Amino acid sequence: MATTSSAEGAVATPESKSWTLRLRQTIDRHLPMDHLLPDRQPYYVGSWVYVFGVVTIAALVWVIVSGVVLSFMGPQWWHDSRVGRFFNSLHFWSVQLFFIFMVLHLWGQYFMAGWRHGRAATWMIGVVIFAVSILTAFTGYLSQQNFDSQFIAVNAKDAMNAAGAGAFFNVLNFGQMYGLHVMLLPIGVTILVVAHIVMVRTRGVVKPIDPEGGAQP
Amino acid sequence: MDTPTTYFHWGFILISMPNLLVIGGMIALFAIALVAPFPHAEEGEDGHNK
Repeated sequence: MATTSSAEGAVATPESKSWTLRLRQTIDRHLPMDHLLPDRQPYYVGSWVYVFGVVTIAALVWVIVSGVVLSFMGPQWWHDSRVGRFFNSLHFWSVQLFFIFMVLHLWGQYFMAGWRHGRAATWMIGVVIFAVSILTAFTGYLSQQNFDSQFIAVNAKDAMNAAGAGAFFNVLNFGQMYGLHVMLLPIGVTILVVAHIVMVRTRGVVKPIDPEGGAQP
Repeated sequence: MDTPTTYFHWGFILISMPNLLVIGGMIALFAIALVAPFPHAEEGEDGHNK
């Protein structure tokens, strides 16, 4: 170790080999705690439009909680028991709210040009979250294990084959759709949402468009 | 539940009643969010909320 690292007074020098120290100081520099968990916001954030993003995250939490319960108990349970049908409905309706408020959040950010002042990556990650969420919802419809999911799969297969995706994305393969729906895609959405929030916290909320000068790039 | 829903057809636009209601509700909610007063939204001396 090139440096001694006490809890308080450690300083990373150029020759420091302590990657934990360098990483900690990089995080402190780019994302201090008063940015990560602010207790006050600029006055222009006082609008209900800014609540849409938070409601989207709240809906996502319910999607994940109900989804974990459904995956643990299985299709027999969510079709045949009253509690199972309740959690099935909880999962379905929280997804509806997730998409409704995500689109409202998108409208709000579009009209205030939320990509300004170095926030382009935040906007683009939001677009990717939207796209991955659509794919996650689609595989969810295919994982219901009822006539609706069979109808969707049989009709969707032609579009997938026409697009050239049928060879590696087979909508008639329940195991593949279910695996994607409960594992890879939710992890992807969650990681992207965390990155999105961290980027919003790092740069703060974009200022309103100046009525005199218009939107600054 | 067993009967098909009503569809609206204007030119090239074809939309079901449930989808139209959801989109209409979203537009209404967005408009309300723009004009509804937000609690503690007054500007403080430092440019932050009070």
